[in-house]
Amino acid sequence: MIYTLAALTMLATMALALARALLGPTVWDRIVAVNVFGTKTVLLVALISFVMGHDLFIDIALVYALINFIAIIAVLKLVRLQRPEEIGREGEEP
Amino acid sequence: MIVVDVLSWFLLLGGGLVGILGGVGLLRFPDFYSRLHAAGMTDTLCALMIIAGLILQAGLSLLSIKLALILLFLLFTSPTASHALARAALTDGLKPEGEQSSNN
Amino acid sequence: MRYVISLALVMAALWLGLSGLFKPVILALGVASVALAAWLSWRMDVIGVEHNPGLFSWRLPVYWAWLVWQIVVANLDVARAVFNPRGHIHQRVLRVPAKQSRELTRVTYANSITLTPGTVSLRLEGNEIVVHALTRAGAEGVLSGEMGDRVCWLEDQSK
Repeated sequence: MIYTLAALTMLATMALALARALLGPTVWDRIVAVNVFGTKTVLLVALISFVMGHDLFIDIALVYALINFIAIIAVLKLVRLQRPEEIGREGEEP
Repeated sequence: MIVVDVLSWFLLLGGGLVGILGGVGLLRFPDFYSRLHAAGMTDTLCALMIIAGLILQAGLSLLSIKLALILLFLLFTSPTASHALARAALTDGLKPEGEQSSNN
Repeated sequence: MRYVISLALVMAALWLGLSGLFKPVILALGVASVALAAWLSWRMDVIGVEHNPGLFSWRLPVYWAWLVWQIVVANLDVARAVFNPRGHIHQRVLRVPAKQSRELTRVTYANSITLTPGTVSLRLEGNEIVVHALTRAGAEGVLSGEMGDRVCWLEDQSK
């Protein structure tokens, strides 16, 4: 029961992060939001493994934590390789 | 045992609350650099409290080792990711507010 | 070579912690994968000072405990800013001296600054760390230099 409640708070945080990812305004805001979304996914998977009572989900959470980090660094590299004017079109400076 | 249970419930709910606060901060804060701090909040204390709560429930077992490893990975990678983000945004020309006052 | 062995030992411990299975075939696979990873990292030349086992002293857990406490305090400060963004946010960019003599401990310092919410290290320029602080309390906390002194204390032991 308590796990379900905690999992729901994680889902709420993910929804808020998703809203920020959709709102932008710069590409960096979106990446921050996606990063938060990924970290919360790790915690959500860990909580779900307790809700379901399967230990195996913990391994998934572990792997996801690593993949999430590598993905953020890869996206950052990709964005920086793009031309500045393309980044400017993503959104204006605040 | 009831003490451990209550402590772990407190940690789980507190972690969820910190997560939601971080999410609200992510929406409310005015610019990119301040949002980075809100993201840091959900990456550190929220993860810390929830994993600690789960470890209290799991007791001494292989599961706890894995949970501790998740926490270790998160705490090592999240500052690296935030720093890489801030640095990338800075080199891209996104000026942080309050740079003028750095000479004070 | 010493570093390769210590890296292999750490990886073996990690592998045992993750699998928890002690059947001979699976153990052999684990030994093979640890050997392969150690050989690859030796070939890629990514093994450095940070794999020195002498760096893990009793001071590290003490520092981590203090750091967790700092994280809690800093989180409360940022949480106050969430409730009242206009009144509480006071963004500044600071330059903080990093007195640590070695690169590894300077990076540890910069990472600790980033790990506490409210402060993010933007850049490491020689002996200075450029820090972005969200609130007044966060800026004062970094400027007081207490964390830097603690990292220096951490460095003393591992010399």
